[in-house]
This record gives sequence, C-alpha cells and structure tokens, in this order.
Amino acid sequence: MRDKAVAVSSWLAALLLAGNLALILLVFPDEQEQGPIFRIIFFHVPMAWTAFVAFFAALIASILYLASKNLRYDAFAAAVTEVGLAFGAANLLTGMIWGRVIWGAFWVWDPRLTSMLVGWLLYAGYVMLRRAIEEPTERARMSAVVSIFAFADVPIIFFSIQWWRTHHPQPVVWGSSGGHMSPEYWFMLFFNWIPILLVGYLLLELRMRQERLSRELDALRREAHAL
Amino acid sequence: MAVPALRGAPVRTPARRPRLSFVRQVLTVASKDLRSELRTKEALNSSLAFALVILLLFSFAFEPTEAQTREISGGLLWLVFAFAGALILNRSFARELANDCLDALIAAPMSGAALFLGKALANFALLLAVELVCLPVFGVFYNVHWTGRLPSLLVVIVLGTWGVTVVGTIFSALTVNLRLRELMLPMLVYPILIPCLLAAVQLTSPLVMGQPLTPELMIWLRLLVVFDVIFTALAVALVETVMVR
Repeated sequence: MRDKAVAVSSWLAALLLAGNLALILLVFPDEQEQGPIFRIIFFHVPMAWTAFVAFFAALIASILYLASKNLRYDAFAAAVTEVGLAFGAANLLTGMIWGRVIWGAFWVWDPRLTSMLVGWLLYAGYVMLRRAIEEPTERARMSAVVSIFAFADVPIIFFSIQWWRTHHPQPVVWGSSGGHMSPEYWFMLFFNWIPILLVGYLLLELRMRQERLSRELDALRREAHAL
Repeated sequence: MAVPALRGAPVRTPARRPRLSFVRQVLTVASKDLRSELRTKEALNSSLAFALVILLLFSFAFEPTEAQTREISGGLLWLVFAFAGALILNRSFARELANDCLDALIAAPMSGAALFLGKALANFALLLAVELVCLPVFGVFYNVHWTGRLPSLLVVIVLGTWGVTVVGTIFSALTVNLRLRELMLPMLVYPILIPCLLAAVQLTSPLVMGQPLTPELMIWLRLLVVFDVIFTALAVALVETVMVR
C-alpha cells in the first residue's frame, strides 16, 4: 500500500514538475521589471510554505508524542523536521540567487530572509540535539520539548524582525513580486506547490523508513545481546 | 491525615512538619543555589572574567571613540551579557550531577515548577550581579556616561535578563546529561533568545545615550514583557517533562 503511494506520488511529482517547468520556462514571458529571474518565485515561495507546513507538523507530532509516549510520533517529528530544514535551505538558496540578481547582493537583511534563517537555525539545533542523545525515549522527550519551544518562538521572531527592519532603511522595496501579480501567476504559484509537497512527502516517507529500520536493527541488536 | 481515635485513648496526631508553601520552596532552592555558588564562586568568577575579556576584545573590533560606541552600546552590552549568561547557566544543573544531587532534588517533596523557578531565580541574581559589574566597567573603558536614565535602564536589564535566564535554565536542565552540553546550550538557546536580545538592544542603546523612551520604542518594551511571560509559562509547563525520567 505504502509502496504504491510512493510510486504514484513520485511519478505524479515528476510529471507535474516537468510540465510546470515547461510552462514556466517556455510559455510565461519575462517579467517587465525583473526579467527572466522572476521565475524562481514559483519554486522559492512554495518551498517556504512547505517548510512551514513541515515545522507545524513537527509541533503536532511532538505534542502527540508527549501525550502518548508512542515513539512513532517521535520518528515522524524527526523526519518531518529534517524535510522542513531541506526545504528551508532550498528556500534560502533560491532567495539568495534571486537577491544577487535583483538586489545585487546574495544577502540583505530583509525581514523575511532573516526570520527564515533564524528559524532554520532553531531547527538545526533540534537535529543536533537528537544526534547528541543516545537513549531513544530521552531523545524523544527532549527533542519534543525543543520543537515546542522553537515553534512558539517562530511568530515572535517574525514580528520582532519585521519591526526591527522597518526602523531601518529598506535595501529594496518589495515591488513586483507581491501584490499585483496576474492571476495565472498566482495559479502557477499554488499549482507548483503540489509537486513540491509530493517531493516533501517522498522525502518524509524515505526518512521514516530509515527510522523504522534503525529501530528494528536496534531491537535485533538488543535481542542478540540478550542471547 | 487524621488518625482515627481509639475508644478511651487520647487522640494523638504525630508531630509533622508542615509542607513549605510554593513560594518558600522556590526561595529555599534559590538560596541553596546562591549559597553554594557564593562558597565556591565557580560560575560567578569565570563568567565575570569572561565578560571583562570580551569587553576588552571589543575595543579591537572597532575604534572605541565615544560617539561610535554609544550608538552600538546596546548591542555590545547584550552580547557580553548573553555570553556571560551561558557560563552561569551551564553550571546551574551540571553542578547537581556530582553525588547524584539532581536525583535528590527531583525526589524532594516539591513540584518541578518550584525547583525550576528557584534555579531560575538564583541564575537571574547571579547574571544580574555580573551585569551590574560590567556596566560601570563598560562606561569607564569606552567613556560612556550611562547613568542618565538609570531607572529605565534597570527595568530593561531586569526584563531582558529574566528572558535570558528563564529560557537558559530550562535548556540547562534539558542539556545536563549530554556529553556536549557546553556546546549544545548556546546552540539551542541563542536562536530562541533573538527576539528578547533584539528588544533589549533596541532599548538599551538610546537609554545609554541618555535619551528617553519614546512611544515608538515602547513596542520593544512590550515585546520583552510578552517574551518573558510566554516563555516563563512554557518553561513551567514543560519542566516536569524535561526533568522527570
């Protein structure tokens, strides 16, 4: 059942991505202010959404783990956090490429960019903490607490950095990428989110499998040790 | 627990010491921590020396002229406070590892919240002491007259320091059993503290320059209060999860 879901979603993701790429690269005209580089938005923005969805799912799974002490929730939280980190990194990188072309610098301390980086570091700490704890239930408990703390901090970070940057001159005003985008671009933004979410699901499934196998290996090792 | 009276026998209830109230429990833990720290001065001395070294190092990072320093004074001070805080917070629970003191504390007849708040209070007092030594040293080194708005400055320092200690103390408990705890604690705590430190920096710089708190700065004061309230509540709610094995 799961294998079928994986196969179907990988084919679907591949087809959708190929079709969307053809549309984005061949059919859509260049944007009048930004030129060809604007096309990166169709990957950049859905990746950020995917990262947020992943971190939110990690929060829910962490709370469920603390409520139920079922290690499967912990495996899910760990896997989905790593997937979120991957998409967060891709979002940051695509943002930097876009910034190099439009702003002339890879990094400007734009509020959204900065918030994403801080959030990314928070969850990188989560992954590092998991590496540092050997005992599975203790690792699950501690990392669930960190996940809750991290998610509670995300809105505070976002608003504080927003206020901070408005006190300083903005490097470039966000112009053509927001507000007045034509409806077909909005449609593509959401439509391209589907294959990206599917890729996220695939990564999650693979990572969960790894977790399950490593738990089985652990159990076997303990059994062998007992004999 | 009432002892059922036997017929004819005088009622005798065993003499029991009353359980301490919550506030007394918190204060007992805090005073125990402060007493043991003041006897060894392990964390206090190292944190203070570290803070002074960083204050010195800053003078090489930029030209320590008066005008320039004043503009970035908030940032400088809070970086020093955050670094000094990490040293104090690292010791807070690690000190209890010897002789299984941590297990004894967890087994003591009080809630995890009381233990946590007591420890946080002790860390808060220690960090505040280090900060109050750093402030005049900073003023002398960089020729900054920081006393103009002392009451407001103290309010900001108290609020910011509570934010640092409350998050730092819960993560100190969380990382106490790790091999790499000295590394993990700042890795986890500093990103979470960014809103708190940012607000404190935004408020400290104008106050050190002798400017009043304008209405547009009040948003940062509110942010500090909100941060403190949210993370104190969250830490108290999760402390049993972190400590009870």
